[in-house]
Amino acid sequence: MTYSFELPLLALLMITAAGAILVKDLISAVFILGSYSFFMALVWAWLGAVDLGFVEAVVGAGLATVFFLLTLFQTDPEDHRIRRTRPPLAAIVGLPALGLLLLYAADDLPEFGDATSPASIHVSPFYLENSLQDTRTPNVVTSIIMDYRGFDTLIETAVVFTAGIACAALLRRTRT
Amino acid sequence: MIHAHDSLIVRTLGRVLVPLVQLYAIYILFFGQYSPGGGFVAGVMLGTSMIIGILIYGPDSPASALAKRVLHGDGLGLIVFAGVGGLCLIGGGEFLNYASLELPGLELSARRSLGILLTQMGVAIDVAVTAISIVFSLAFFGAEADEEDSHA
Repeated sequence: MTYSFELPLLALLMITAAGAILVKDLISAVFILGSYSFFMALVWAWLGAVDLGFVEAVVGAGLATVFFLLTLFQTDPEDHRIRRTRPPLAAIVGLPALGLLLLYAADDLPEFGDATSPASIHVSPFYLENSLQDTRTPNVVTSIIMDYRGFDTLIETAVVFTAGIACAALLRRTRT
Repeated sequence: MIHAHDSLIVRTLGRVLVPLVQLYAIYILFFGQYSPGGGFVAGVMLGTSMIIGILIYGPDSPASALAKRVLHGDGLGLIVFAGVGGLCLIGGGEFLNYASLELPGLELSARRSLGILLTQMGVAIDVAVTAISIVFSLAFFGAEADEEDSHA
């Protein structure tokens, strides 16, 4: 297995993520975050989650960028913290230790694409085998999220609705 | 506060782009069962096409009239989604079990396919309206919002 495509992709992901944090001009940070979303969409597509990559490209790079820009137009496009405060010693020591701990734990995860991992032998075969004759839906992802797990999606829709209501309640000036 | 954009290039491009994005969103919505995509992405794209219209032509132009009218449909998508679930209850099955939708002449699998399509439309409406609503909330925060409120 060669990594000629994956390694530059992951490097670009990290560079754009760091750039979005470090850059002073917040409008540039917003656009760097948008490009980060495009790289993330490529990573999802590489992992086989094309639906998720689609959502990431449309929402992360399109809609979220518009929201961020509109917010910046209302506030201030520059980062006024002249000197960034030094992180405390606990963070400098603790966060890399936490990262090492996570890497150590990740060693026990099943191999990528492992057909005998618990995730791919529990319910996935049922969906893959029955989706087409049960629901006449060739795209198994759609049949899972809208039919087999429909209640989950209903609550997610309610969450999106709540977000819109909350924005309107907080931001729109009432006529008095 | 958003004003109409002056540039001829931007305005002409918007005239081409907005219908194209809307057409593609409808395609994504109805082909979500056969290809990647579905209600959520279609809703975001529908909302984004109207947001492009608002950003280019300004909120008071005729091009944005549809977006303003759409704001009245806040919550409609959720009602469609939950309403399909309720119809399943009336049909004698569990909530959101589309196989018990009361439709004569359809097999069980066709009913479930139809249920998926209807609920996806609900999700698309909900997400599109929410996106436009958030843009209006953000864009007119602190502005003289009286004329906006009379519309929205």
